[in-house]
Amino acid sequence: MFRIITAVIGRDLKLAMRRQADIVSALFFFIIVVSLFPLGIGPEPDLLRKLAPGVLWVAALLATMLSLPRLFADDHRDGTLEQLALAPHPLGLVVTGKVIAHWLVSGLPLALIAPVLGIQFDLSADALIVLTGAILLGTPALSGIGAIGAALTLGLRGGGVLLSLLVLPLYIPVLIFGAGAVDATVTGLGGEGHLSLLAAITFASVGFAPWATAAALKIALE
Amino acid sequence: MIHWNSFSDFLAMGGYGFYVWGSFGVTVLIMTVEPIMVARNRKTTIARLKRQMRAETRAENRNTAE
Amino acid sequence: MKDRFNLYRFASPATFYPLAGAMIPYFAAISVVFGLAGLYLGMLVAPTDFQQGEGYRIIFIHVPASWMSMFIYLVMAFWAAIGLAFNTRLSGMMAQALAPTGALMAFLSLWTGALWGKPMWGAWWVWDARLTSELILLFLYIGYMALTAAIDDARRADKAGGLLLLVGVVNIPIIYFSVKWWNTLHQGSSVNLNKSSMAETMLWGMLLMAMCFWMYSIAVAFMRVRTIMLERERHTDWVKAELADKTAGDEK
Repeated sequence: MFRIITAVIGRDLKLAMRRQADIVSALFFFIIVVSLFPLGIGPEPDLLRKLAPGVLWVAALLATMLSLPRLFADDHRDGTLEQLALAPHPLGLVVTGKVIAHWLVSGLPLALIAPVLGIQFDLSADALIVLTGAILLGTPALSGIGAIGAALTLGLRGGGVLLSLLVLPLYIPVLIFGAGAVDATVTGLGGEGHLSLLAAITFASVGFAPWATAAALKIALE
Repeated sequence: MIHWNSFSDFLAMGGYGFYVWGSFGVTVLIMTVEPIMVARNRKTTIARLKRQMRAETRAENRNTAE
Repeated sequence: MKDRFNLYRFASPATFYPLAGAMIPYFAAISVVFGLAGLYLGMLVAPTDFQQGEGYRIIFIHVPASWMSMFIYLVMAFWAAIGLAFNTRLSGMMAQALAPTGALMAFLSLWTGALWGKPMWGAWWVWDARLTSELILLFLYIGYMALTAAIDDARRADKAGGLLLLVGVVNIPIIYFSVKWWNTLHQGSSVNLNKSSMAETMLWGMLLMAMCFWMYSIAVAFMRVRTIMLERERHTDWVKAELADKTAGDEK
């Protein structure tokens, strides 16, 4: 079981490494969007500190959306996906591997760069640690839920915009608890409650979303 | 047992007339326009399907004549 | 005897089409009767609310519209589950026929909520947990309609839409509780309709209006599903017979 997952992760990572430009541009999208906000609202540190969690999280959601359409599109085009769907091992496991690989190339870099961007918003060290932790904990859920949307919109015209229409409303709980954890740290309430709920959402969605995604892929491939 | 003393009282809604009638007005508008739109859509669909059906039977007749 | 109670017979579009057609006028009539009774009780008989004055009368459409917007989504998810489990054709059509009405109900709920909020809270929009959830529900409806509209193949549209509905219905409670939590943390305002102070006539008016909205939704969804059926099944004999009948009727 784990062999299938690790094999898919290894394969997807190798493919992603050949297309590093995609990873880098999603990352720069994140950086630019976050850096635009102070220009739009002014440089007062108090205001920025208040806005930072929300701004960083919304930018993270949007940056994750960028790479989602590619999640299955390439495999669909060259026929790999159909072979995977016909293979004897469950498609859900393959999707689990793909979701984890997607997180490694999209969510993980966001978490690593987020503290640097947090400094722009004058966040304290505590808040920066919680921010990194929250993004690390929350982004796997974004990849998992996003995979369902990517599978449903596979091969459709205007798939990218449609995908964001389907997926962004479902991201709201992650946004609320992710930004809430940082916000609670900034205001001194402590973000543990938010973080544990975020972890619960992530475990549930990484556990269940691949199977819903597998069902959606089978519908798309029929 | 009617609660209102006069028709103008009823319209004024104790000063909330704009909000109350704004709500009810839009609701009534939507609930009349939606069925009309659905009915019109049904009519055009039926007309289109009939046209398609006639075109298909004509094509079939031509094929059998040949 | 057995055949007569076969549910699969009603699940077939050829049987359901005339049945729905025959039932539409009844549902429409019941809706009008309930609506008139509800409006009579709510607008003419019900007393003034001691806190909100006459402005509270918006409740007679706000609450039914909110209920229906949630209920219709649940019904769509129910049809989606049936459709995915038993591969019935009718269920996908029903879900698609219900979606625009559900979205309109969500819109009405937001619209009346805004018009109620302005005099009561002094703002057209407040980030109240219930209003926010209603807005997200509208987004979910729009996502469903956009997805099914983007897929040309009707069977795939049904199944993909159905899956999205099931994912949505699992997520709705999570979204609702997260929004509620967010709302209490940020100390947003919320409506405190004191249930105990509600006069009996108000409650009856609201229930009658809810019945009116319910029957209206069924009537409109049946109207819409009949068109979808004709479109989808245009190559079957029963649709051809139906259309030929219409031709004779319209063009003499």
